[in-house]
Amino acid sequence: MRSTLPFLLTILAAPAVAAPLAVDYAKSEITFVSKQMNVPVDGQVRKFTMQLDFDPKKPEAGMVKIDIDVASIDAGSDEANVELVKRVWLDGAKFPKVEFTSTAVKALPGGRFEVAGRMTIKGTTRTVSAPFTAKAQGTAQLFEGAFLLKRLEFKIGEGPWSDTETVADEVQIRFKVLANTAPK
Amino acid sequence: MTRYTRIAQLLHWLIALAIFTNLAFGTWMVTLDFSPQKLRFYSYHKWLGASIFMLVLLRLAWRLGHRPPPLPVHMPAWERVAAHVSHTVLYALTLAVPISGWLFSSAKGFKTVYFAIVPIPDLIAKNPPLADVLKLWHLSLNYIMAALVVLHIAAALKHHFKDRDDVLARMLPYVRSNRGA
Repeated sequence: MRSTLPFLLTILAAPAVAAPLAVDYAKSEITFVSKQMNVPVDGQVRKFTMQLDFDPKKPEAGMVKIDIDVASIDAGSDEANVELVKRVWLDGAKFPKVEFTSTAVKALPGGRFEVAGRMTIKGTTRTVSAPFTAKAQGTAQLFEGAFLLKRLEFKIGEGPWSDTETVADEVQIRFKVLANTAPK
Repeated sequence: MTRYTRIAQLLHWLIALAIFTNLAFGTWMVTLDFSPQKLRFYSYHKWLGASIFMLVLLRLAWRLGHRPPPLPVHMPAWERVAAHVSHTVLYALTLAVPISGWLFSSAKGFKTVYFAIVPIPDLIAKNPPLADVLKLWHLSLNYIMAALVVLHIAAALKHHFKDRDDVLARMLPYVRSNRGA
């Protein structure tokens, strides 16, 4: 039952979203670079789900919804991961998910695009936007983009950690998503 | 009495001070709870370690062009051998300790950015299991170096106060020779 329920929901929800793309999670990644003492530290999101629809000919009709499992965020070291889920950082016990829901997708000059939407982290919602590219790969599309997230806008790192001399405010988020066109 | 050159003396004492400082600082900082200060201290420790490494290279280059004064004639052969071996190992350790720390940091996934400005390239990629091994190396090399430094100081004091020769005085700019020369 547990496995058939999401399947049924997908079928029921299908008419609402025209031709959604199927994300190939094995070939998709959300990574980030934080800076402490000007030392860039690579991190990654190990578990996320994504609903996605995008047609380069009709970018305005595109949408994306992303759910990130806070416990799966790897900040680059075991020591940092122990701290990251604590209250002053992401408070994983109270806020187990990070969510992004797009509100607008538009074309930019030079064949690029931009997605804007609401990002909810640790109970705080802010509007963020990210430029991205979309490349056709056979029947699939590869989306790549990056943007700067200001951690303090979401109270990520409170108290002494709000000092940006040690840990920079800006965290660069990068995403690479390979999505297949679902069979019609 | 022939002393070491002023440059050689300066480098010896500067490196000695830096090593004492960084050894004590490193031993202390690892005991702290996770905090912004701790992250800063780790960076300071790496910057000082990188500085020591460069000072040792400078010192070795200087030594190539400026041979140290000869050992006192009274020293028996075994003491001469012991002095040469321990000095060589000390030089090697003053390079090996910062290198082990540098590799340890890289394997942990933390690049060293010298004075938060100049990135020092990582020689090895992030590799947490290797980082655990390198941590042990960094610690062990430090213990061996600390033991040798104790021996080095004991030998210098023995030369000065027991043998009453110029071995300690020649590394100092002002101390008079034991024989008044």
